[in-house]
Amino acid sequence: MTARLLMYLGYPFVRYALIVGVLIALCSSLLGVTLVLRRFSYIGDGLSHVAFGALAIASVMNLTNRMLVILPVTVISAVLLLRTGQNTKVKGDAAIAMISVGALAFGYLLMNLFATSSNLAGDVCTTLFGSTSILTLTSADVWICIAMSIAVLLIFVLFYNKIFAVTFDETFSKAAGVRVERYNLLIAVVIAVIIVLAMNLVGSLLISALIIFPALSAMRLFGNFKSVTVFSAVLSVICALSGMLISILAGTPVGSTIVAVDVLAFVLCSAAGRMRGGVL
Amino acid sequence: MAQLIAKDLCVGYEGRAVLRNLNFEISAGDYLCIAGENGSGKSTLMKTILGFIPPVSGTIMTGDGLQRNEIGYLPQQTLIQKDFPASVEEIVLSGRQGNSSSRFFYSREDRQIASKNMERMGVRNLARSCYRLLSGGQQQRVLLARALCAAEKMLLLDEPVAGLDPKVTEEMYALVAGLNREGMTIVMISHDLDMAVHDAKHILYVGKPVFYGSRQEYLKCGLSLKKAGDSV
Ligand SMILES: Nc1ncnc2c1ncn2[C@@H]1O[C@H](COP(=O)(O)OP(=O)(O)O)[C@@H](O)[C@H]1O
Ligand SMILES: [Mg+2]
Repeated sequence: MTARLLMYLGYPFVRYALIVGVLIALCSSLLGVTLVLRRFSYIGDGLSHVAFGALAIASVMNLTNRMLVILPVTVISAVLLLRTGQNTKVKGDAAIAMISVGALAFGYLLMNLFATSSNLAGDVCTTLFGSTSILTLTSADVWICIAMSIAVLLIFVLFYNKIFAVTFDETFSKAAGVRVERYNLLIAVVIAVIIVLAMNLVGSLLISALIIFPALSAMRLFGNFKSVTVFSAVLSVICALSGMLISILAGTPVGSTIVAVDVLAFVLCSAAGRMRGGVL
Repeated sequence: MAQLIAKDLCVGYEGRAVLRNLNFEISAGDYLCIAGENGSGKSTLMKTILGFIPPVSGTIMTGDGLQRNEIGYLPQQTLIQKDFPASVEEIVLSGRQGNSSSRFFYSREDRQIASKNMERMGVRNLARSCYRLLSGGQQQRVLLARALCAAEKMLLLDEPVAGLDPKVTEEMYALVAGLNREGMTIVMISHDLDMAVHDAKHILYVGKPVFYGSRQEYLKCGLSLKKAGDSV
């Protein structure tokens, strides 16, 4: 088995996949804690559907670099969703449900009308569940992913204290003179970037799992923000790495294997937390 | 000169006033208790003082060298905080946010101030404990320590004893009164007037009619006012 693994690792596209997978898992888990705690999990879900719609548009337009469409559309949607979430008149969750289902339907419609390949069902399935796309990354894709991941990491580390303060108590932070809206905007943009990146790895339907599972697992075990953040990052990387290796060796779809490992880790963490009877 | 001066202040949302024609002054070392029925606009007034929402009309001014970000604030507890994984120390430190807005990380000074205020509120020994596992009274002490990290001059407290049992409520009031004796200006919202009036120096009763005056004045005519308010 080791020999087979080494043989696979000899291929550049496998190595690319592993690098990208680890980086995406790391970034998505960091923001996951904030998203879960602020009851924003559904925003991640809504945005991933928007990204799917944008991907459909980009495919129809036959763009070579689809990111040019997907990234701006998703970022703008993130900002809009955050705004409506804060608006007391429009129910935030209803707006998100509308946008996400609409984008999903619209995307599928477009792919159907302007289908370029004969295997439409396969194409759709790939974008939704990310079955093989991670193995077809070019080195340019990998570099974009590395650059964006570093940017996300840097932003997270620099603004860690602010993100904590705004997440824990927005009203207090505002009173203390923190520009809360600015940080909410920053968080929304970063989430959008992560979702676009993660679409390559696990497909648009499974992104939420990548974002929320490590955070939820860590919250079962730890009682302070720093430990939760660090643990969920480590756990997410381990799950992504083992998920990818399993999928390479067993020939299972990458995205769903990673998510399955994440779910398993969550079950284990819950059990461990219960056995110890509380958090650290 | 007073630290906060309200002149013909009307507060509310989107041009619609909830509370009208408030006139009061808060000077250094004062203890103002704002009382009134649920929904009468007490929190709205506090949000206006903090500058979250603009006054519908009239003015609210700071004076006596007080800056807006020198006001510490203890908001009503939110749902998010109920299961938030954070240690006491992390929360108290976050009170230094506004003071270190140009910097990314906390300085040694920030940590010292946080530690001092945990000591002051008697939660120093809980520094590494998980906030969500503390009792209601301990949680309020932690949030009070955080508010102290943000400001040394004035504290705004929005129903700090909501949901606490009578004994802890009394402790909380004693704590706040102690801070007031140390020179901190206190503005506290409470719907339990009888208890709060014990320590307060001035009372603002937002009802019909609005009453503003010293504790003595309130005790003289307050009861009849309250009855008049009830029968409206
Ligand atoms: N964000 C808001 N927009 C519009 N009206 C509001 C808002 N928040 C509160 N109100 C209304 O203002 C009134 C006063 O509310 P509030 O200041 O919270 O009362 P209190 O704190 O005295 O219980 C209530 O009638 C409430 O419905
Ligand atoms: Mg209120």
